[in-house]
Amino acid sequence: MQVIKFGKFAALVVAFGVVVGCSSKGGDAAGTGAVDPNAGYTSSAPTSGSDMNSEEAALRAITTFYFELDSSELKPEAMRALDVHARDLKSAGNNVVLEGHTDERGSREYNMALGERRAAAVQRYLVLQGVSPAQLELVSYGEEKPAAMGSNEESWAQNRRVELRK
Amino acid sequence: MTSKKLGGLFIALIVLCFASVAQAQNVIEITRGTDRATPIAVVPFGWSGSTPLPEDLAQITSNDLYHSGMFAPFDRQNMLSYPTRAEEIFPRDWKVLGVDYVVAGRVTHDAAADRYEIAFHLYGVAREELLMSKTVSGSRSQLRDLAHHVSDQVFEQLTGIRGAFNTKLLYVAAERFSVDNTRYTLQRSDYDGARAVTLLQSREPILSPTYAPDGQRIAYVSFESRRPEIFVHYVQTGRRERITSFQGLNGAPAWSPDGNRLAFVLSRDGNPEIYVMNLATKEMRRVTNHFAIDTEPTWMDNETIVFTSDRGGRPQIYKQNINTGGTERLSFVGNYNANAKLSADGQTMVMVHRQDGYQNFRIAAQDLKRGNLKVLTETSLDESPTVAPNGTMLIYATRQQGRGVLMLVSTNGRARSVIPTQFSDLRVPSWSPYLP
Repeated sequence: MQVIKFGKFAALVVAFGVVVGCSSKGGDAAGTGAVDPNAGYTSSAPTSGSDMNSEEAALRAITTFYFELDSSELKPEAMRALDVHARDLKSAGNNVVLEGHTDERGSREYNMALGERRAAAVQRYLVLQGVSPAQLELVSYGEEKPAAMGSNEESWAQNRRVELRK
Repeated sequence: MTSKKLGGLFIALIVLCFASVAQAQNVIEITRGTDRATPIAVVPFGWSGSTPLPEDLAQITSNDLYHSGMFAPFDRQNMLSYPTRAEEIFPRDWKVLGVDYVVAGRVTHDAAADRYEIAFHLYGVAREELLMSKTVSGSRSQLRDLAHHVSDQVFEQLTGIRGAFNTKLLYVAAERFSVDNTRYTLQRSDYDGARAVTLLQSREPILSPTYAPDGQRIAYVSFESRRPEIFVHYVQTGRRERITSFQGLNGAPAWSPDGNRLAFVLSRDGNPEIYVMNLATKEMRRVTNHFAIDTEPTWMDNETIVFTSDRGGRPQIYKQNINTGGTERLSFVGNYNANAKLSADGQTMVMVHRQDGYQNFRIAAQDLKRGNLKVLTETSLDESPTVAPNGTMLIYATRQQGRGVLMLVSTNGRARSVIPTQFSDLRVPSWSPYLP
């Protein structure tokens, strides 16, 4: 089918285009600034260790990157973890999927676009560290796949995220 | 005064009422019971069969009339008589109760043909006048359709507005078993939630179902291949056609009024833009061109789309001529307006709306001529509004006790009810057009 063929071509185009096109203006569009308790960390990630290897292992274990309300800006903690992932991706050359998610507030298709903006922010950072865009597939699930189910600030903070999946 | 004139006057009074308040504050928060709905009695229909009918047909009609927000059905338990034929309706029984109109009828069954028939009457109490006597018939599985038909007839006779009770609803039900295990089903039911039928089942999200103007085709987004793709699905045959499968977003399909084209969102060029595809030729062209998010297209007419964009910093509603590219902002009240839908007459735009300083996402209606806005809902996580083809009712999704539910509200703000369901979580409703 003609459309599908075009889609494969478009895959290459978008991988470059998205780097230029993303901005950090979005977010989940609620009114107030809320504190994200688990900014940049998954709950299972230990952060201590003077030993370089164990610290690197800890950063490598971080595959979910959280975002502030109304933001697709990466946090410093997320960048440190992504630095480790970037080195791994460059040496291994494997492909990963960057899944963008939002919290439940606002309209669903708009959130689909916000989720992509977050995934694109992670992609842009990894590409700046030298990862090939061809290794990074972006998928936004918007608010469709929440990690936490509650309709409260704690759940929303856990749901505004990008997951790096092998 | 004839009943049609009464309907016209009734609407005129409501409009006047809004207009005067609108001058005072520009935004109106609707609360219940501010105007008087017309009292009407739908008497339980007579039935002489040996076993009870599977449906309470008069109750279905009564509920329909309530949902419109224009009628206040009288509680059947307080009726003084239960006429089933026109000659059994005595005006004094209803005048004393303050009832303006009476609907009465009886159901008969032709066993040989297995046909059920409702003979029904509409009676105006004030003038002691029989306004309508009709019959409608169908099979046992069509009993609910027959009751909705009675509602449509009564509603149009009294308001002059075509009834929209014989319409369908699409929505997605989600049953979450664990973080990584949710079953999504695309459902098609009567507008009131009854008789739900599963059209599609998936382990991955289904989103944005929407009826074509012909009522035969639907479009939706499915993540069944772990990425979003747009499908067109033929309701009767179940045949599906994949329309888009581009890298990035494939979302928010919207049928043109002529049914020949589909507008949707792709991000293959780097960020979300709106495209229009001719479904016969599959020829596609990009309509918007902006570094901001452009999404959620809907059609105002065959040349004009209305969509959500955050090009002004926050999501607001814009319209664009798809031929000339001329763009105009439509929404100005509130710091978040998204997912607009238009009434069939193009006069009213409903959308997800957040007021300045509000935490809450509500559904609001904007009069596109006068520009004034009224907030229609009272809940806080409201989204996905969809309007009945006659513009008198809308359904939207919200959350209640941790579950996604669909709410049915009249556009005059008087009637509101939760759509009953067997599923734990509902979302993304889409109202059908008038169906043949």
